[in-house]
Amino acid sequence: MLQYLMQRIGLALLVCVAVSLLAFTLLNASGDVAISMAGEEASAAQIDAIREEMGLNRPVLVRYGEWLGNAVHGDFGNSLFFRQPVAELIADRLPRTLTLAVMSLAVMLLLSVPLGVLAALYPNSLIDRAALLIAVLGQAMPNFWFALVLIVIFSLTLGVMPPSGSATLKHYVLPAVALGYYSTPPMMRLIRQGMIEALSSDYIRTAKAKGIGTTKIVFKHALRNAVIPVVSLSAVQFGNMLGGSVVIEAVFGIHGLGFLAWESISRMDLPVVQAVLLIVAVFYIVIVLLADFINAWLDPRIRIQ
Amino acid sequence: MTSLNLALPQPGTVRRKGFIGRALANPVFLFGAVLLGLIVAMAALAPLLAPYNPLAQNMLTRTVSPFWMSDGNWAHPLGTDGLGRDYLSRIIYGARISLLIGVFTVICSGIIGTVMGVLAGYFGGKIDLVINFLIMTRLTLPVVMVALAVVALFGGSLIVVVLVLGLLLWDRFAVVMRSAVMQIRNQEYIQAAQSMGYSTPKLLFKELLPNIFDRLAVIATFEMAHAILLEASLSFLGLGVQPPTPSWGLMVAEGRQYLLFDSWLILIPGAAICVLVLAINMIGDGLRDALAPENRN
Repeated sequence: MLQYLMQRIGLALLVCVAVSLLAFTLLNASGDVAISMAGEEASAAQIDAIREEMGLNRPVLVRYGEWLGNAVHGDFGNSLFFRQPVAELIADRLPRTLTLAVMSLAVMLLLSVPLGVLAALYPNSLIDRAALLIAVLGQAMPNFWFALVLIVIFSLTLGVMPPSGSATLKHYVLPAVALGYYSTPPMMRLIRQGMIEALSSDYIRTAKAKGIGTTKIVFKHALRNAVIPVVSLSAVQFGNMLGGSVVIEAVFGIHGLGFLAWESISRMDLPVVQAVLLIVAVFYIVIVLLADFINAWLDPRIRIQ
Repeated sequence: MTSLNLALPQPGTVRRKGFIGRALANPVFLFGAVLLGLIVAMAALAPLLAPYNPLAQNMLTRTVSPFWMSDGNWAHPLGTDGLGRDYLSRIIYGARISLLIGVFTVICSGIIGTVMGVLAGYFGGKIDLVINFLIMTRLTLPVVMVALAVVALFGGSLIVVVLVLGLLLWDRFAVVMRSAVMQIRNQEYIQAAQSMGYSTPKLLFKELLPNIFDRLAVIATFEMAHAILLEASLSFLGLGVQPPTPSWGLMVAEGRQYLLFDSWLILIPGAAICVLVLAINMIGDGLRDALAPENRN
């Protein structure tokens, strides 16, 4: 078990380094920040002065090393636009994105688990068809558009939900539905498939033969076995929600991490963009790693392998 | 012995014939294919079909309602946008953007992912380790954010959008191709080809690729839908295809300011994206069922 843990953590660290290197070189290799910062009417001397001040005249790898070294200590430099430490900005915005992602995950599980289980229990029934329809629509609708449709229906027509902002938890309901619905179809398919396989396995037949009730079979025996891939996929989806919330945050005006990335990208505020990319990637790695550990703990077959 | 061998059909050819045949027998696939065919025809014949120039502005006819509303008329069946451009014409031309992005992104990502997956699966060992690491790294990158940043740096042209999506969306190709190749590399016909002295490239192209082609087709369809949705998102955020090009995602963004009174301005282009993605996904579902009929239930 310990060896398994160490291997996974080592690999995760390597991936972190690779991602940070990619993000840094990508953003620095192209375009010249000094020119865009100086504005259109700057002289060559002014541009050089900015380069000098920001240390942009040194090789990319040297700057990367310095940036990563500081980043490990929680120092991501200063935002060019907000004129304040990037770490402060992120600490301020992160809770909103996390709230949105957690609620979206809840929406996804609330939709996909019951529908997936029911679809597996009654294949080709009306409920199976309905679940399929929900999945097909969820995969075809662009999430920003679905979000706007939700605003039109629930905010503008019915007036029961706020159209934008993040003041209360109620403000997160529509965004969470929009973001969570989009990741529902693969999860529902996974649960349905896992349940069908579990329900047709020998130990379930034995349980049935022993006269154990259907409810107990479904929840105690079948669902438990179907849950392992669900943990993995939930982790991946949660990580994707953190990065993919950009679009939803932009629609609902939620000033979270995604919104920060979007406005900083438009303003070429590279220190912020680099930091957000790294933070989102690290979150993804940590969450997927945690899911692996949870699964290794749930299922001894994984850790012995 | 020899006569028996001759009587046996060539494994590759029969399987693929059966593959397409099975797909065509599936109503879901057929419906998707017809729908996509219509959209492709619409895009190809855009200059003939569009009643107006999609870029022509007319300040006298701004936000005219579509025909089904009481104040709509048939001069502009789907109405006009905030700059008085005919919405139907923009929708027709917009299909071109989505299809181009979808097709070229999949060509790009499909080549990258297949090469990586085949190399990892066939050679295994260290190559497999490195490629696995690349896949993990790629999965860690938030696609939308990276794509936004790259488009902001290099400018929002069709080519930049295709390249950035192509360089980001190869992961599923690599994962599936890797496991597919691992499955078949130890089969007898591959070993036979090896012992006959086939060179590695010849073996990969003539023996391996034709036998994983059907799986490639399945991922290609889903990834095409994925790319089209992503382009729409990027354009919606203002960092994809740039105005005045009629991209459906951009049209939704432009319609946002009329959300309160003219919500059809966002509903129509969004519905267009839905129909296109739905058609492609139906084709993908049909192909997937044809690939593994036993997985249907």
